Order: sequence, then structure tokens, then C-alpha cells
Amino acid sequence: MTFDEGQGYVVLATIAVPLLAALVLVFTPGQQKMLVRYISAVTGAIVAGLSIYIFAAYQLDGSDAQMRLQWVWVENTAFLGKDGITLNLAVDGISALMALLTGIVAFAGALASWKLDFRNKDFYILYWTLLAGVYGTFFSYDLFFFFFFYELAVMPLYLLIGVWGSTRKEYGAAKLTLMLVGGSVLIWIGIFAVFHEANLGTFDMEQLWAAGRDGTLSPTFQKVFFPFMVVGCGVLAALWPFHTWSPDGHMAAPTAVSMVHAGVLMKLGAFGIIRLGIQMMPAGAEFWMPTLMVLGVIGAVYGATAALTQRDFKLISGYSSVSHMGYVLMGLATMNQIGVTGAVLQMFSHGVMTALVFLMIGALYDQAHTRDLKDFGGITKVMPLWVIFYSIAGLANVGLPGFSGFTAEFHIFVGTFRSYPVFGALAIFAAALAAAYMLRLFAIVFFGPFDVRWSDLKDLTPLERLSGGMLIASIVIMGVWWAPFTDRVGQTVTLLPGVTG
Amino acid sequence: MRDYTIFIPEYIAAGSAVGIIGIELFWPKFRKDWLAYITAIAALGWLVSGLFFIGKDPNSFQGLIRSDDFTTYFRLLAASIVIVVALMSATHMRTRTKTVAEYYGLLLVAGCGMVYMAAATELLTAYIALELLSFSLYILVGYLKRDNLSSEASLKYILLGAFSSAMFLYGMSLIYGVTGTTYYEGIAEGLTARGSGTDPAVIVGMMLILAGVGFKVSAAPFHMWAPDAYEGAPLPITAFLSTASKAAGFALILRLFTGALIVDAAEWRWAVAVLAAVTMTLGNLVAIQQSNLKRLVAYSSIGQVGYMLITIAAIGYGDAKVGQDASSALLLHIAGYVLATLALFAALTAAYNRTGREDIPGLRGLAETQPFLALVITIALFSFAGLPPFAGFATKLFMFQGATTDELLWLVGLAVLNSFISLYYYLMIIRQMYLFDPVGDISRWKVSPVLWCLAAVLMVGVLFIGVYPGPAFELTERAAQPLFEAAGLGSFQVQQP
Repeated sequence: MTFDEGQGYVVLATIAVPLLAALVLVFTPGQQKMLVRYISAVTGAIVAGLSIYIFAAYQLDGSDAQMRLQWVWVENTAFLGKDGITLNLAVDGISALMALLTGIVAFAGALASWKLDFRNKDFYILYWTLLAGVYGTFFSYDLFFFFFFYELAVMPLYLLIGVWGSTRKEYGAAKLTLMLVGGSVLIWIGIFAVFHEANLGTFDMEQLWAAGRDGTLSPTFQKVFFPFMVVGCGVLAALWPFHTWSPDGHMAAPTAVSMVHAGVLMKLGAFGIIRLGIQMMPAGAEFWMPTLMVLGVIGAVYGATAALTQRDFKLISGYSSVSHMGYVLMGLATMNQIGVTGAVLQMFSHGVMTALVFLMIGALYDQAHTRDLKDFGGITKVMPLWVIFYSIAGLANVGLPGFSGFTAEFHIFVGTFRSYPVFGALAIFAAALAAAYMLRLFAIVFFGPFDVRWSDLKDLTPLERLSGGMLIASIVIMGVWWAPFTDRVGQTVTLLPGVTG
Repeated sequence: MRDYTIFIPEYIAAGSAVGIIGIELFWPKFRKDWLAYITAIAALGWLVSGLFFIGKDPNSFQGLIRSDDFTTYFRLLAASIVIVVALMSATHMRTRTKTVAEYYGLLLVAGCGMVYMAAATELLTAYIALELLSFSLYILVGYLKRDNLSSEASLKYILLGAFSSAMFLYGMSLIYGVTGTTYYEGIAEGLTARGSGTDPAVIVGMMLILAGVGFKVSAAPFHMWAPDAYEGAPLPITAFLSTASKAAGFALILRLFTGALIVDAAEWRWAVAVLAAVTMTLGNLVAIQQSNLKRLVAYSSIGQVGYMLITIAAIGYGDAKVGQDASSALLLHIAGYVLATLALFAALTAAYNRTGREDIPGLRGLAETQPFLALVITIALFSFAGLPPFAGFATKLFMFQGATTDELLWLVGLAVLNSFISLYYYLMIIRQMYLFDPVGDISRWKVSPVLWCLAAVLMVGVLFIGVYPGPAFELTERAAQPLFEAAGLGSFQVQQP
């Protein structure tokens, strides 16, 4: 076994450990609530450790896919030829960064749900199943398994939100699930078409990418089916006008689910656009990217404008997510090295930042049982640490230098100005709006007249400090020392078809 | 030479059926649930004897009945379904009726009918097998004779069934009139010799045959009987109807359409495609409005039939390779569908034995009172909707992929859209179980060990096919092979008009 093969098992472990945790939890008695929490915390720590290892061990030697593990699943049966379906796991620069994000957010989310008491065993079973799906999607180099894990990540959301959620949870859960599965309908049709058109008898993504580059998937075909893939994935990435599940879903979801969902799951959508759109259908991408740019800009400006008028913490973050995912789509649509790199960095940055925001909202809501901005004022007096944490997340959101948001958005703006100067200006306008809605929130909640009914609010618990601390560390590290991030992502982005230097 | 050995498995099944009826006749005090276990053991014997036929050289009984891997596949499927349904019925039937021997006897006989629908290579034999299954089912559906719904269902089923049989027979007679034979091979030769000109007798004949078998698998617009029959029948028979009856219908369709009618595929393939489109859309849209669980499952299974019919259309549109791929995938999908349906009904039967309710709100709060059943039902429904890691995801993906030809991409798209619609009403059931608190008695209750084990085994099966479909897919590929290498059809060619 070579070293690279051995590392393949590390990649497999990121999927296997959460699944194993879910299985162990199935057989854990439901009354043992502390045991359930410990199992989850340990799982989170292991998963985070594995993710950090994968990110650190990714080699900067110019090779794309590393740490490969390949197990034949079905081959030479019916329409499946050689390598028909393989459990083909590997890591490239983009998925290495996404793995890091998932590890941190998953661990933070597991700790944040410590207080959860109602059927917490069932909660964690679904939670870890979801995360296994997320890891699987990031690492799959086989279209069958890519879609398998993608759906696996979406499926538990209905129950997670419906059972443990808050405001209008049934509506939010149903809307979110149906819209996301509606998106995967389009992906599914796209997969059938690609497999049929390429006629290679395999779901191996590298062979299909090659087919996309060398014209086996004809340019006309790519132009027709690119929108299927991109809109299908775009629903999950809150592509305007398919973003409407985001505010309702986030408002309804429990804290940890909001963290994982906004932090990681939405990135699956953008990741899918890279994998199934840019890499599989370069000709389609060339044709459709200007349209995606327009939609991304609309999303960025619209999300920021909508956030400006909301009074519910979670709605503000929901719309702010729409806005930030708009930046990601813009970055991808630039199709130049710096813009696409920025998009991937923004995926990470928004992931940790929004997870922190939802963690803080959860910490407040659990005590105050309201999320209306107007109910609060002068919270600095009772929850100073909470205010500091929230401010860091908010300032990263705005794109203040020194935080991850700046690094990412700077790359995106530069990339956009190179390709589409007008849209670059609009994007900066959206960033200004972000400053406006964040400062408005700060002004109302943190300062302003203190309301005595909040005088017994407690500050962050040690566990919340720990999980928040991890997220802040990621935000700051990426903000001040971004070379490890840009190097890894850049190495892969250079190799994407159609991306200019 | 007449080789009677190919009937041995059915001798066992039919002999046991007679024996079971005899037991109750001569020993009326015999415990009723033990009869169910005897039936299950007999069906197990049937299953085991069927295993000996795997991989044997194909054998034909006078050109009427073929014993090959395809037959074996459906024999094993039929025996497994009978085992599960018999075990499911044990408690359920004992508490609802006094005499049950005929019930279990007819279950075995119906299973034999299913096998010979798959094995028949001659029209009249196929017809007799179909009627054997149908007549058994007419009685089984109306078995709770003091229950008005059950009797009504049976009557409706008989009347519409007789009507469809008449159509099937008339279609057969037209085909016989054109080709001069009722043997599948002969029909294929006769149709080839006829040339490719349009002949109204052929078209009308094929359409009537299609309508006849469409009724059996409850394809819209021939589905009217299904919701009523499902609703009125005892729960285990509803399970039998939605698995065995449909699987048998598709076995007959596969044999007939690949063996006899394939040469004139141009005449019927568009009709099958339209039938598929109408069936899946109607089934799923009407399912949304149902409040009775059995009716909902009836419409949802109509939707499933629509998906399965796509493969038949693909056989008509594609070449032998596509036909082979599509039918292997169809057989795999049938296996996954049968597993999920039986798991669903095992859980529903357990819930019904406890609550006596079969409307959707009857499941309210099941996750609190009986989490295991709620889990099984959820897994079965997610499998129907085609979500991973359950069987429905892999099998549906394979089936649609196998059926994707240039002409049928639209239909595959429609099918995927329909699976999406179906998710909505499956979620409505899951919502009742998980999102609401139970009403009335909220204490945990226990499921009977038989039903618990049954549901657990079926659930593991659904997971296994969903996660590691390879071995099952290889088996169904072998089962589908005989269809496309049958004697006399060396050149599997579709005539172009």
C-alpha cells in the first residue's frame, strides 16, 4: 500500500466515521442523553481532525486529484461497462478546502446542540447522516456516488427542521425539501442525458470530464443541458430566483442545522456547479456564464437589500446568505483564475462566518425566545462576549480587512472587474449594503437603550465559546494568512477547463 | 419428450395448497395462525426447489411453457412474496375471520399463476395463467365477506376483470387470425412474413392486448379497479395485489412483447410510451388527494407502474442491447419495489393490528409510540420516492438509465419529475408520524415478533440493494438474458415502417 493509498482511507474515514456514529447511535438507548452527546462530540472531534489532516496533507506539487481510493461497485453489467460504478474518492484543492470547512462547522454544530434535549439521539443520527452525505459529495469522483451522497445530504433536512425547528417549521421544512429535491430532479435528468450522450458505460467523472472537453459531449448538447445541472445545483446555492427556500428554511431550522445548512450544504450547490457544470460541460459554461453572472449579481444585490428591511435575526442571515452566495456565483461566472479562486474562498469564508452567526443567534434565542431585533437593546451590558463574537462574524460578513470575508470578496471583485466591469461596480454596491444591514443590527441590538427584561441573560457557555472560537480562528487565519488557502484552490482552478489566467 | 420435472416446484406449492385446505376440512379446531406458518414453510419449500433451476439449460414444455432463468426469477419472487404475505396474515386474518384455509390455499395457487404468466410462451397458456391469478385474487379480495367494502371491492374487481379479459382474448384472436398460430415464436415469424405494411387487424389486436395487460398492472386509464380493490381487500392481500399481481403482469408483458410482438414494435411502442406518461402522471397527481392509506398506496403504485412501463417502451424503441439493459434494470427495480412495498405493508399491518385505523392521521405520532415501525414506513416511502441510500434510488436510476434512448428522454424527464411529485405525498405521511404528538394512548407498545423480524429483514434488504446493488443487478441481468436469445429470434430486429 503506497502512502497515497493509505491517505485514501483517511478520505473514506470522513464518510465512514459519521455513518458509523449514526449506526452506533441507533443502538444507543434514547434515555442516555449524555452518552449520546459524548458520542457526537467525539465523532465531531475525529471528523474535524481528519478534515484538518486532509487539508494539510494536500500536496502543492501541481497534481490535481490526490489521496485516491477506488473500489469497483458494479461493472460489466447491462449498460455499465468497465468501471461502471466505482466508489472513487479523491481530493483536489477545492474539495480539500471544503473538507476543512465541513470538519470545523460539523464539530462546532455538534457542540452547539449540546443543550438539545428533545429526542437528541434521533437528532444526531440524522445530523451525522447528513454530514456523511456532505463529505461524500465533496470527495466523489463518480457521478453515481456524487448524486447518491448529494441526495443523502438533503434527505434528513425535512425531519431535522420539521421536528426540531422553530418558527413555522412545517412550512419551512416542506418548502426547503421540495425545492431542493426539485433541483435534484434537474440534476438527475442531466445525469441521464450525460451518461447516454457520452455512451462510455461508466459514471466515472474524470472520463466524463474528458468527454466534455474533447467534444464527445457535443457543444450543442452541452448548451442544452448545462442549465439543468447549474439550476439544479443552483437551487441549493440559493441562485436567484430559486433562493426563496433560504429565508424560510433558515428561520425554521434549529441552530446546528442552520449552521451546517448555511455553512456547508449551500456550498454543495456551488461545488456541484463546478463539478457538473464547469468541469463536465466547458462549452456550455462558456455559453451560459454571462447569464449566471447576471443572476449572481441580482442575488447579491437583492439579498442585501432584503436583509436591510428584516427584523428577524435569522431572516437577516438567510437573506445575507443569498447575497453572499450571489458573490460565489459571480466569482464562478467570471471564468478567470482569480475570480473562481475567490468564489471558492468565499464558499469557505461564508461557511464559517454564517455558522458563527447562527451559533450566536441560537445562543440568544435559547434564552430570550424571540428573534425580533426591536425587542432588544443594549445587549452589550449583559452579554459582552456574545457581542464580540457576533461583531467578528458581522465584520467578516461586511468584508473588513483582516477577516476571511475580505480575502474572498477582494478576489471576486478583482476577477469580476477583469471580465465584467459594470457588474463589479454593482457587487461593491452590494457590499456597501451589507455594511448597512450589519451596522443597523449592531446599533439596534448591541447598543441603544437597555431593556431591563433582558437583565438575566447569560453570556456564552464554555461550549459555545469553544465552538465559536474555532470558527473565529478560521475567519482570522484566512483573513491574515491566506496563502495556504489560495495555493491549494489555485492549483486546481488553473486546471479547470475554460478558466483564463 | 414431455419433461414434467420443470413443474416440480409448483407441484409442491399446489399440493400444499390442497393439503392446507384438507387440514381445516378434517380438523376444524386447528389453530388458524399455524396454517399461515405451514403456508410459509410450504412456500419456502417451493422457493428452495426453485433454486435448483438457477443456471440450468432452458427447457420448453411442448413450446407452451419455458423454464429458464427468467421463469426462475419470477418463481423465486412469487415464493418469497407468498412467504411474506402468509406471515403477515397470521394474526391479521385469525382475528377477522373463522375459516382461513382457503385463503392460504388460494395464496399459493395465485403464486403458481404468477409463475406461469412468466413462463408461458403461448397465448392461451398465458391467458389461463393470468386467469388463475385473477380468479384467486377475486376471491382473496372479497375474503372478508361480512365486510361490505371487501365484497364491493371484489365485485368491482370481477366485473372489470372480466371486461379486460374479454379485450385480451379478442386481441389474441385478431393476432391469431393474422399469423395463424398462438405460439410466441410462430407469431413473431408470422408478423415478419407479413411485411411491414399497416394492417388494422394487427394494430387493433395489439392495442387490445395492451389494454388487457394494462388492466392487470393497473395502468391508467385501466386503473379504476385498483383503488377500490386495494381499499376493500384485507391488508396482506393489498400487499399481494401491489407486488405479485404487478410483477406477474410485467413478466407476461416482457415475455409477450419481446418474444412475439417485438417485430412490429413500431405499431405499439408509441402507445406504451403514452400509456406510461399518462399512468405515472395520473397516479401521482391523484395520490396527493388521498386520505386513506391503502388508496394512497394504490395510486402511488399506479405511478410506479408508469415508471416501469417506460422500459417496455424502450424495448420497442431500442435495439436488442437496449432491450436487454432495460429489462434487466426493470427486473431489478421490481425486486426493490417488492421489497419496499412488503416492508411498508408489514409495518402497516402491525400498526393496523394495534389501532384498527387505515387513514393517514391514524399514524399520528407513531415515531413516539412505535419508532421502529415509523422508521420502516419512512424507509419504504423514501425508497419509493427514489432517495438514497434505499433501494429505490439505485434501481430507479438504473431503470431510467437503461430506458434512456433519444426518443424517450422526454419520458424519463417526466418520470423524474413525477418522483418529485410523489415525494410530496410521502412527506405528508412522514409528517404525521414524526411532526405530531400521538393522540390518546401515548405509551410505547410492542410489535409482535413475527412482524418485527419480517419488517427488519425487508428493511435490511431495501438498504442492501440501495447501497450495494451490484450482485442483485448481475442476477437480474442473467434473468433477463433468455428473453433476447430465445430460439427463432436470432435476429432480433425491429421492422421499420
